[in-house]
This record gives sequence, structure tokens and C-alpha cells, in this order.
Amino acid sequence: MSDLITPIIMPKWGLSMQEGTLSEWHVEEGTEISPGDEIMDVETDKIANVVEAADGGLLRRRVGQEGEVYPVRALLGVMAPESVSDAEIDAYISAFEVPEVEEEEDTGPAYEFADLPIGRVRYAERKGDGVPVLLIHGFGGDLDNWLFNIDAIAEAAPVYAIDLPGHGQSIKAVDNPGLQAMTDAVLAFMDHAEIDKAHLVGHSMGGLISGRIASDHGGRVASLTLICSAGLGEEINRDYLDGFVAAATRRELKPKLQHLFADQSLVNRAMVDDLLKYKRLDGVQSFLEGLNASLFSDGKQTESIAGALEAADLPCQVIWGAEDAVIPQTHAGAIASARVTVVDAAGHMVQMEQAAKVNDLIRDLL
Amino acid sequence: MARTLSMKDAINEALDQEMTRDPTVIMMGEDIVGGTGSPGEDDAWGGVLGVSKGLYHKHPNQMIDTPLSESAYVGAAIGAATCGLRPVAELMFIDFMGVCLDQIYNQAAKFRYMFGGKAETPVVIRAMCGAGFRAAAQHSQMLTPIFTHVPGLKVVCPSNAYDTKGLLIQSIRDNDPVIFLEHKNLYASECDVPEESYAIPFGEANVAREGSDVTIVAYGLMVPNSLAAAETLKGEGIEAEVIDLRTLSPIDMDTVIESVEETGRLVCVDEANPRCSIASDVSAGVAQDAFSALKAPIRMVTAPHAPVPFSPSLEDLYIPSPDRIADAARKTMEA
Repeated sequence: MSDLITPIIMPKWGLSMQEGTLSEWHVEEGTEISPGDEIMDVETDKIANVVEAADGGLLRRRVGQEGEVYPVRALLGVMAPESVSDAEIDAYISAFEVPEVEEEEDTGPAYEFADLPIGRVRYAERKGDGVPVLLIHGFGGDLDNWLFNIDAIAEAAPVYAIDLPGHGQSIKAVDNPGLQAMTDAVLAFMDHAEIDKAHLVGHSMGGLISGRIASDHGGRVASLTLICSAGLGEEINRDYLDGFVAAATRRELKPKLQHLFADQSLVNRAMVDDLLKYKRLDGVQSFLEGLNASLFSDGKQTESIAGALEAADLPCQVIWGAEDAVIPQTHAGAIASARVTVVDAAGHMVQMEQAAKVNDLIRDLL
Repeated sequence: MARTLSMKDAINEALDQEMTRDPTVIMMGEDIVGGTGSPGEDDAWGGVLGVSKGLYHKHPNQMIDTPLSESAYVGAAIGAATCGLRPVAELMFIDFMGVCLDQIYNQAAKFRYMFGGKAETPVVIRAMCGAGFRAAAQHSQMLTPIFTHVPGLKVVCPSNAYDTKGLLIQSIRDNDPVIFLEHKNLYASECDVPEESYAIPFGEANVAREGSDVTIVAYGLMVPNSLAAAETLKGEGIEAEVIDLRTLSPIDMDTVIESVEETGRLVCVDEANPRCSIASDVSAGVAQDAFSALKAPIRMVTAPHAPVPFSPSLEDLYIPSPDRIADAARKTMEA
């Protein structure tokens, strides 16, 4: 009967996650769960987020206790139809062992590197069939901004996420940091990975890059998802941008990062420390200063994609966090032909704060 | 890629990258290249414990094996620093600073002040420090308070490989004299270290562990000992916050005081002797600026006011242990 039993396990978010705290259950025993339902909150040393059900079924047992820490892949709950007896579920729980999976054998190396004309860039890949999705992060971000999206989108299509030049673990020495260097790098990466055509998903500055590629190289783009995107209006939060670039210490950086989230408690020490580790690498400071001056000089956005995309015949959607404090939500309507979704209880990092909704919207456009 | 590196290799990599980046960065010290007793080949020793091994052939014009005279080569390094080089002088053991102290505290530390702010002395003096190596009373001391006492010197004592690389690079790029102290019992400790160069600014403590019940302030080897104590305390329902000072001069008292304002309890851990120590300094600062936040008397856990014993069993008792740190934290909880 155990093939009727579906386990709910502790998820693994990112390469470094070893364990997580089950902070709160959102479903009671006896609830019928559908895939995508929000079933619990999990907190790691880096971030807290809601867990969506990967499978559907009747929740028979909540094994994980609220407030307790569990290793990745530990059994937290059991789903099974009513035909399965309590005794069988007890037996399943006592027999369950946390699978010990070697990272390399499990999914292959989680990060890979590509040598492009501009230099080495890091990327993550989830294999699959069909036209791939390419995820492009924003200013100062990296591919882990898609921590809660990449696996969910990979259920529908192959997915790539890259660290743009100057960001994450990609090359830091970039001549003339600006939009041209970024779009060139993305196109070079698509050539490297032999991607003729991709669904581009861009966040913030990554949206601007995606939109510029769509308007200049339409044949390479199957659809466009712009999330809290730059390039759709002039205003941008200068205090955030300049403050983020200038911040050299935890004390300076933390209040700037709080601009990114509706729920500011998500900005924890580990998130601040990780960003400081990036900002302190040689070359990053001058790169960010150069890119900021090029794209957002004097606190205004200098590049626009709205007009060109209006004219383009391309499936396009715009997603915005209702409480975005970096780029005004009013920019969401800049492309009249695009489908617009404003997501509540989310700030600029809407793809992290409301990952389930954003994942649905992205998959829906594929 | 995530890559782990030992503290010893992190020092080597920082020196290598800085000598590559800037040809004015040079190294001076006893046996940092060859070494007495080596069979004549270059790059035989790389310092007492081989920290600089492998660097000579990459940077043959930037590494000088010196005579066994700390007063001569530390003075030469300080003089070279005032003339445009960025020397990193290795003092083997910090215990040997007695013979070159005038050059350090009366010369290097005073130049900027006495020349109206116009003189720069970008010298780094590296040395091993700390007990637990069975090296007896003259090779085991934690003399951080002596240098921290002197205005004009910056004092660094890292606890892990990541901080070591970033703080050593910052030390080399800094335009003031820096005393960079490496705990020899941490040389083998490993953690993730980026391959790229990076600099960690001075004067920012690291919160090594978050907790709401008691603040434990430490540096160097006392950080892993405090973290071990915190794990024991966790089993008893006590959540300790562990603050790694990283740099003792400048010192980040803001982070300490913010933490004490949350926890109301403070344990200061220091491998140095107790009188006029980093522990007593931090305790005094908190007593002066955050007394009203304290729910219990401050506790200090230090070495005794005695030389480091050679007897292994006594040396083990001499060094503040996780058990002693946990005991002190429990006492603050009782009050």
C-alpha cells in the first residue's frame, strides 16, 4: 500500500542548505491538498519562505513539529487516501529514512561556468524538454535570487539562470559597464548554451536587459516576463541604489536591503553578510558604481524598453509587487499589450516573497 | 565555486595575490624563503610552519630572508614603508616583539602623528600568537592587549580562514602600521574562501552566532571555543550570541553594545592574561555605556595572571575552554 503514500519532506533551497526550521503549518490533518497549495513556512539560516505542495493528496499526518529543526529531505508529513490505515502510516513513518544523497550524484554540480568573450560567467541549469527559460537577475543580484523559482519552473521547461558580468561569481572586471555589455553577455551565453530561442524572465535591471534583447533580437525570444522591471518609466528609488552601492558595512547595508521586501524581517544577518561578501570582492565596487551611473544617472532611469515592446509582436507579461519601494508599481501598465499582474504582500523581490504566485504566472505564459 | 581553504593557505593566498597586484608589496622575515638547516635549496621552509612556502619562486624580487635580528629587519621594514614600499614583516612568534618594540610603538606608531599627518607607514607585522602548541612560556603568549594599548597601531586577530584572507589584504592596503596576529592553533581550521581577492574593513565585528539570552564577546581561538560553549548552552535552553571582534584596534563596541541591549548579559572571553586585557576593556566599555541594560554582573573568562605553562596538562587548563565559557554564561543567567 505504500505506493499510495506520498511524503512531504523538508525542501532544499540552494546549494548550502543543510537543514531548516518548520516554523508553521498552514494545513490541518484531514485537509485535501492540491499541488501548489501553501502548506507550511520553513526558515533557514538565510531566508524564510512558504513551502508549496509538490504533490496533491489527503494530509493524514503532520510528522514535523512547529519550531523544530529538520535536515533537508526529512519527513515532515504524510499524504495518503483514506483507504490507507493508520497502522500503515505509522509503519511508513517509522521506516522512513532521510535519503543520503551525494550532491554531485544527485543533480550534478549545481553551478556551472561558461567562458564568454567578456569573461567567465556562472550559471545554473535544470534540464528538460522544450524551449528553455532564461532567468536574469537585477542590479546587484545573482542567480540565487531565483532560489524559489528555478525548480518550480523546471517542472514545465528547461531553465537556465545566470550571474550577469560583475555579479555573483561571474567575472568582475567589466569594461564600460552598461546595458550593452549586459545584453551582449546574455546573447553570448545563449550562443554558448546553444539556445536559439528562450523565454526570457527578467527581474528589475534584468527586465530591462530582457526587453532590450526582445526588441533588438526578436528572433531569439519566445516570450517575455518582466518582474518589477526597469526600463518602463523614469522614476527609481535613488536612496536605495546609491545607498546599496555606497554601503561598506552591515550597519549601512541592512536598511538599504529592507527597501527590497514588503516583509522587512526577511532581511536577516545571513542575507546582509552574503551581500557584503560579494560587495567586498575586488572590482565589484567600481563595477557597481559604473553600472549605476550608466543606467540610473542622477536617480533617473536612462534606458526605456516600453515603446519598442509595444510595437513588438511577442507574448509579454508584467508582474509587480504591490509594495515595491524601488521602482514604482505604476510602471506596470507601460506596455498596453502586456498582461499585468500586481501581487499583494510583496515588494521589489516579489519572485522571492510570493514565489508560488510568480511561478504560476511564469509557467502560464510558456 | 564553493571552495574550502585552511587559515594557513588563506594567508599564503592573500600574500600571493597582493604581491602580484602590487610590486611594492614585499615580505621580510626569518626563514620565510630558505631557512637555516635547509639543504641549500630556495623555498625550503616558507617560515616556521611553511605559511609562505611556494611564494618565493613566484615573487623572487619581493621576498627577503633576513638575519636573525628582529630589531634590524622590523626597523628596516618600517623605514621602507615610509619610503614607498608596503612591507609585510614576519615576526615568527609575537613573543619576540620585545627586541623590536621601540621600532613598533615609538617609531611606526608615532610617524603619522608627529609629522602632522603627512607621513604614512603602510607596514604589516605578522606574527603567530597563542597557546596550546606545547611551545612553552616564550612562544605561546597572547599579547594583543600590549599593541591595542598603543595609539597609532591597528591590531587584527582573525578567527577563521575567510576573515583572515580579507583582513590580511586590508592590512596590506592600509596606510597605517598593522599588527596582524595569527593563532597557530587555527592554521588548520577550514571554511569557504573565495578565490578572488577581497578586503574586509577594520572595525566591524562579526556576529558568529545569533542568540537572545547572553552575549559572548571573543576573538581568535576563543571564537570557536565560544561557539562550542554556545552549542552546549543551547541544549540547556540558553541561546548565546557570539561576537567575533576580528579587529581589536579599531574595536567595534557598537555591535557589542547593541547585542548587550538585547540580551542584558555579557561574557568577555580573552586568551590574554586578565589584567588590562581585551576582556577588561570590553567589560569597561559596556559598564560605562550600557550599564542600565545589564541584568547580571559581567563575567570575564581569561587565562590566569601567569606565564603559559610548559606542562601539557597545565597548558590545557590555562586556555579558556568551552566548559569555562559555558559556566560563566550560566552564572550570568542565575543572577
